[in-house]
Amino acid sequence: MDYLLIASSWGLALLQALLFAALAPLLVGWVRKVKAWLQNRRGAPLLQPYRDLYKLLGKEVRVAHTASVLFRAAPYVVFIATWLAASAVPLVAVALPTAAIADIIVVVGLLALARFFLALAGMDVGTAFGGMGASREMLVSALAEPAMLMAVFTLAMTAHSTNLASVVDAQLAGGLVLRPSYLFALGALVLVALAETGRIPVDNPATHLELTMIHEAMILEYSGRHLALMEWAAQVKLLLYGVLIANIFLPWGIAGSLAPADLVLGLAAVALKLLALGAALALAETVLAKMRLFRAPAFLNLALLLALLGLLGHVILEVGA
Amino acid sequence: MSITQLPLLQQLVLVLAAIVLFTSFVLLAQARLVSAIHAFAWQGGLAAAVTGVVAVAGHSPHLYFSALLTLLLKALLIPWMLHRLVHRLELDRHVDLLRRPALVVMAAVGLVIFSYWLVLPMVQQELAFTRNIVAISLAVVLIGLLMMVFRQQAVVQVLGFMSMENGLFLAAVSATGGMPLVVELGVAFDVLVAMVLFGVFFFQIRANIDTLDVDRLNRLTETGGEEP
Repeated sequence: MDYLLIASSWGLALLQALLFAALAPLLVGWVRKVKAWLQNRRGAPLLQPYRDLYKLLGKEVRVAHTASVLFRAAPYVVFIATWLAASAVPLVAVALPTAAIADIIVVVGLLALARFFLALAGMDVGTAFGGMGASREMLVSALAEPAMLMAVFTLAMTAHSTNLASVVDAQLAGGLVLRPSYLFALGALVLVALAETGRIPVDNPATHLELTMIHEAMILEYSGRHLALMEWAAQVKLLLYGVLIANIFLPWGIAGSLAPADLVLGLAAVALKLLALGAALALAETVLAKMRLFRAPAFLNLALLLALLGLLGHVILEVGA
Repeated sequence: MSITQLPLLQQLVLVLAAIVLFTSFVLLAQARLVSAIHAFAWQGGLAAAVTGVVAVAGHSPHLYFSALLTLLLKALLIPWMLHRLVHRLELDRHVDLLRRPALVVMAAVGLVIFSYWLVLPMVQQELAFTRNIVAISLAVVLIGLLMMVFRQQAVVQVLGFMSMENGLFLAAVSATGGMPLVVELGVAFDVLVAMVLFGVFFFQIRANIDTLDVDRLNRLTETGGEEP
């Protein structure tokens, strides 16, 4: 009986990880669709990202003469690291064995590993764009990571744990508590997520404009299944940040047990939250203009300031004497 | 007292106070004059909201009046007057960049920690929940002071001065449940009169040195003697 429980919870963890990979293109499709509606266009169908991935997976891979082994290995490393990071984030249920192995700092570390290989791959071929994109990505991430960690520490101080499942549990157990620190941490995490997933105020995911692109510049030399993996990894990363924000700050509805009814409810709740978040992202991208690259540090400084205020707000206002 | 033991309204007071502190940071680092005035208006509105919620939570009806007064004066009238002044001085698109913004903001964070350290003995006395806000309001006062030190533009310095007044008001509301009405009215009209005087001063400074950059005032006194 005990074995059965362990096996079922691991099975569920695996299923959740697969769900992450399977749902990621759908979120991107939804964001593009809402954006198209807001611009008075009909837009591509919701499943277009899946078709793009399918097409790219079937295409021949062309690799530059100057490319090394690293260039070929990078897409697999990037995809697997991002996917592993995603599998540690509670999507439908909280009490999963994957959440017990990896806490939020591991998630940040895995994302950093993926980014490291992405930047290396960008520089490997030796084209000007790749190197430029890599250096910009490193600039953005060097500023975003401290802000992200600071926001995470704010949450960890409230929950007394860096484990994501414990953070969600603590939030659920406390009921509705208006915490100033959570408000600031939410703001910081949203800004970091926008910067890290290459969305509009920092990077534009829809264009290949040579002077402004960051993420696209690094994967310019990729084709075929390599490109498919890179794009899929970026989509999984967007979903990861979306789920992180939705499930940590608004955890209501997530399945506390492994009963089928709870799981269905959890899936419906997270789907609703992601629909709302995706629509908000599309709205923000329609309203805001892309910043100059040199404004990005100021943007991320704001994220750091918000996270710091969250920490201080927790100490000053919430702990008490 | 931990936040989880407080009723929801008092938690709301804490959240609003934290946002007031954030608007102080926004004021400090805001380069555009008009946006800074908007941030100041938001700060006044939030201070009024804090007062209103404290009134509801503490069942103290005299605070409703002071909330209304704050809303009218600090969120609507003074920002409107400043707006008109800036428009008449043709500074609508003026950008006053802070030198070394990251360092100044970090100094402000240091001030927040300092004011927490100052208030710590008071908070440890197991008093009402709102005492925690005293640290926040002290920080708002100190950041206003920092703003007057580091910004060169006269209008922004006035904003810093006014936000100091906001911090004092917040402290009064949260620590003692508001000042007597006479005092409050007196302070409100003082601020209003100060605002009018500042307006006159802006035109004087501008007429004398052709700019509102206060650093130039220094230079004028240094070279003033050499002029015929």
